[in-house]
Amino acid sequence: MRISPDQMIFWEYGSINLNLTIVTTWVLMILLAMGARLITRNLKSEIKSTRWQNVLEMLVIMIRDQIKEVGLNKPEKYMAFIGTLFLFIAVSNLLMIVPWYEPPTASLSTTVALAICVFIAVPVFGIAEGGIKGYLRSYLQPNFIMLPFNIISELSRTLALAIRLFGNIMSGGLIASVLLSIAPFLFPIIMSALGMLTGMIQAYIFAILATVYIAAATKDVKVKNDKNLKIVQHG
Amino acid sequence: MDNITIIAVTSIITAGFTTGIGTMMPAIGEGRAVSKALDSIAQQPDAAPTITRTLFVGLAMIESTAIYCFVLSMILIFANPFWNHFLG
Repeated sequence: MRISPDQMIFWEYGSINLNLTIVTTWVLMILLAMGARLITRNLKSEIKSTRWQNVLEMLVIMIRDQIKEVGLNKPEKYMAFIGTLFLFIAVSNLLMIVPWYEPPTASLSTTVALAICVFIAVPVFGIAEGGIKGYLRSYLQPNFIMLPFNIISELSRTLALAIRLFGNIMSGGLIASVLLSIAPFLFPIIMSALGMLTGMIQAYIFAILATVYIAAATKDVKVKNDKNLKIVQHG
Repeated sequence: MDNITIIAVTSIITAGFTTGIGTMMPAIGEGRAVSKALDSIAQQPDAAPTITRTLFVGLAMIESTAIYCFVLSMILIFANPFWNHFLG
């Protein structure tokens, strides 16, 4: 019984081996990049545009509005990162209806990689917003006693991000395959539909949590700077 | 009852209990969260997007505990580290 697509070796040469996860991830990446390239090759600003351009505009506007609602005032700065996360996870989970396709998000390596991207992106955006000092001061948020707990929470939420996505998608695939071996085909269809719904919700949650973390890192900085400004003004 | 049998019995029983209890509690929590969110949306339909987003973030947090339990039971059954210790 295979738990993750990592265990299916695709191609082997000496000590280098390509597993299904890597191959599927690259195929998805090429699909997304080529799709974006094809659609944005001839954009029109008239009333009558192509239907694909409409789809893309809807997606971009939706992502931008969601980022803005969380409280990031300059969504264009973060849209590339968060939108890419959302689109990749959503497409990877939606393609579960394709037979013999295994979502790369059902392997722990992919989800850990995505979570590490968020883990690195949060301090980068925080430092870009308020400087190194301001960002590091956000770890002493209520008072300096909370410093170890803040560091622990930083690590544990990254782990939770990875395990959540992996567990949800993996359990969906596992349940579908177990049911396929014991039940006729109607019941697994319902379960895979449920799995697709879960997959979309997980993509949304991953993106929105990344946004919330980035917003927290940048907002703490702002609040601190405002306080310092006030102190400077009053003092 | 040799060692492997004992390990198998404990692993399977523990996995069952882990999944059982570890899905019961988060289910109660999620149910309470959703009912509260529905109440507040009914009272304040204008704040629905904010409430929904916060609800989803909170549900993700609650659900991750259930997922931990699930992953743990999977490890116990499919990737138990003690098997190799006694088989090898």
